[in-house]
Amino acid sequence: MSGSGAAWELTGFRHPLWMAAALPIILLGALLGALAWFGPLGVLNRGAPPVEQLSIERIEIRADPPRFVMTVVNAGTEPVIVAQVLVDDAYWEHSVVPERRLPYLGRATVTIPYPWVEGERHEVKLLTSTGTVMAGEIPVAVESPQFDGRWFAALTMVGMYVGVIPVAIGLLWYPFLRTLDRRWVHVALAFTAGLLVFLAADALAESVEMAVALPPAYHGIGLILAAVVITLVVLQLVAGNGQRAAGDDAAGRRALAAFVALSIGLHNLGEGMAVGAAYGIGEVALGASLVAGFAIHNVTEGLGIAGPVAHDRVGFPFLAGVGLLAGVPTIVGAWIGGLAYAPVIAILFLSVGAGAALQVVYQIAAIVRRRSIRELAQPSTIIGFAAGVAAMYATALFVGA
Amino acid sequence: MAGTVDVQRLGFDPMEMLSEWDYGATSRLPDGRRLREYWITAADQEIEVAPGVVFNAWTYNGRAPGPSLRCIEGEMIQVHFTNGASHAHTIHFHGFHGPDMDGIPGVGRGVIEPGDSFTYEFEARPYGCHLYHCHAIPLKRHIAKGLYGVFVIDPDPARHGGPQRELAARRNHREPACQAINEMVMVMNSFDTDFDGENEVYAANTVAFYYMQYPIPVRRDQVQRLYLVNMTEFDPVNSIHTHGFFFNYYDHGTTLEPTLRMVDTVMQCQGQRGILEFSFADAGLPPGRYMFHAHQSEFAELGWMGFFEVI
Repeated sequence: MSGSGAAWELTGFRHPLWMAAALPIILLGALLGALAWFGPLGVLNRGAPPVEQLSIERIEIRADPPRFVMTVVNAGTEPVIVAQVLVDDAYWEHSVVPERRLPYLGRATVTIPYPWVEGERHEVKLLTSTGTVMAGEIPVAVESPQFDGRWFAALTMVGMYVGVIPVAIGLLWYPFLRTLDRRWVHVALAFTAGLLVFLAADALAESVEMAVALPPAYHGIGLILAAVVITLVVLQLVAGNGQRAAGDDAAGRRALAAFVALSIGLHNLGEGMAVGAAYGIGEVALGASLVAGFAIHNVTEGLGIAGPVAHDRVGFPFLAGVGLLAGVPTIVGAWIGGLAYAPVIAILFLSVGAGAALQVVYQIAAIVRRRSIRELAQPSTIIGFAAGVAAMYATALFVGA
Repeated sequence: MAGTVDVQRLGFDPMEMLSEWDYGATSRLPDGRRLREYWITAADQEIEVAPGVVFNAWTYNGRAPGPSLRCIEGEMIQVHFTNGASHAHTIHFHGFHGPDMDGIPGVGRGVIEPGDSFTYEFEARPYGCHLYHCHAIPLKRHIAKGLYGVFVIDPDPARHGGPQRELAARRNHREPACQAINEMVMVMNSFDTDFDGENEVYAANTVAFYYMQYPIPVRRDQVQRLYLVNMTEFDPVNSIHTHGFFFNYYDHGTTLEPTLRMVDTVMQCQGQRGILEFSFADAGLPPGRYMFHAHQSEFAELGWMGFFEVI
């Protein structure tokens, strides 16, 4: 046990350190090899039929000729064969590309010519070769948007309305913030922190909701945890090494504002994906009210970015820069969500955004504490923090769904 | 529906099943009566109930529905049952028999354990279109898995006097008057492939849309007789509706005169059955494809639909 240096002792033999490190990996490789060669061994080999986990990722509704185009994924470890398709409890003609047999995490496109009725509900069921049923719902049948220039422009507009414009409007509070007394700066910072805490909680809740709906093979909750923790650690290392973001001088505060904008931008990327997806799957009625709600909600984000630099003299280029950093990812998110919505990617960005927001909250707390430990506990700071959370909650009510 | 079912792999052909009867083996008893013996074995078996959809069925004699047993009223019947399946089963016949021969758990021999055998014995009566099925519990599962079949007792003309004698002869498979008629058997059945208590597949004789993909050829100038038995599980009622022609109906087949005349739709509750008779020539109808299906549209679109190809 006193082994130190380049050797590790076991039953009298001395091994080089690399061997000690590699041995478990070699043994694991041998185990996997044995499992691959001989199949499940002994008690594991019960010959029980596998539980099939076919997942319907996306249903597009098309016209001329009327049809459904579904993307399905096999989220189970055993291959699944799509044998038949039922629409509204009736067997239906269909084609499966590239083939009916889906390997683990394999994908297929199922095209079903079907005279769907606009505005009404339809249900599509996939029947596998073992008789297992996987159902997908079309709550309100509306033709899915075509991926043309007009659609692209529409998604860009959605991103503008939801992200860029509200953030810009919120930043217009900057001149007002500058007129406030210097004592109020930490209140503005606390407001930003409250806002970010709300965003982080909101993003985590949304991620968890989506993660639970994911096929288990994706390990959604683990993905969230990994994304949040890795983001926190990476940003902390970047901020710590730079020694600027954490510093309480004009440059440090500008860097902090940029970090706030970055974390909000990452969040908005995930949010833009959700909104773009709502458009993409044809929930258009939801889209309009959702856009209006997000617009109101995200004005607060602009205010939050302005908070750290409330008492610094920053120029228009800086404000425009941080505004675009926070807002433009919404457009990119809307494109991704509208064109190829994948819950896993949305979860990833929302979680990264949450991790970033929490790291920025830590930075803000560090700054306020460095100014004066008393300020951190002052009623005005606490009220500022609470106001940030409350403002986000109140405006979130406009988002509705 | 995409593709077709491979009957070679299925192990039985729904087209042949239409007219395939198990007459058993006959011999004379000391008292002069005829003894008719059947051999039935239960087994676990995979069957393809729709193209590409495999169902883990329980079968009698390797088919679902099991063999269509045919006998004549007054005969002594012996059914030698062997349980080659993995669960305990029985055979419960619809017809006259003593409680010991009822094939239910806890009475007489009760359930027949895997590997065991038992002989059910009774006199064939009353004449009619009957059925048999496993009565082990849970009953729903044992029926839904495929353990059922048709059991037809022909009337014996010798037992019926006057004008009834001729009508009885038309129903007795040994009589030329009956042999002139095109007889078919259909069991309306269903399969709950994901075991959630709702059927994914409905059919006549097991395979969804089989008679749609392969219309049943019938001769226009021949009288048609269809023995129809409802073994649908989970749904209380099933039905048949014929397109373009009407039929006479004999509920349970226990009368020689129709119980319904000139109808194109009849419904049967679970376990109910009857005989349909119709003729395209007598109705002055042209050749062509005549559809038939359950008039529960849902069942029809889930597989219980077919054609007669009248030639």
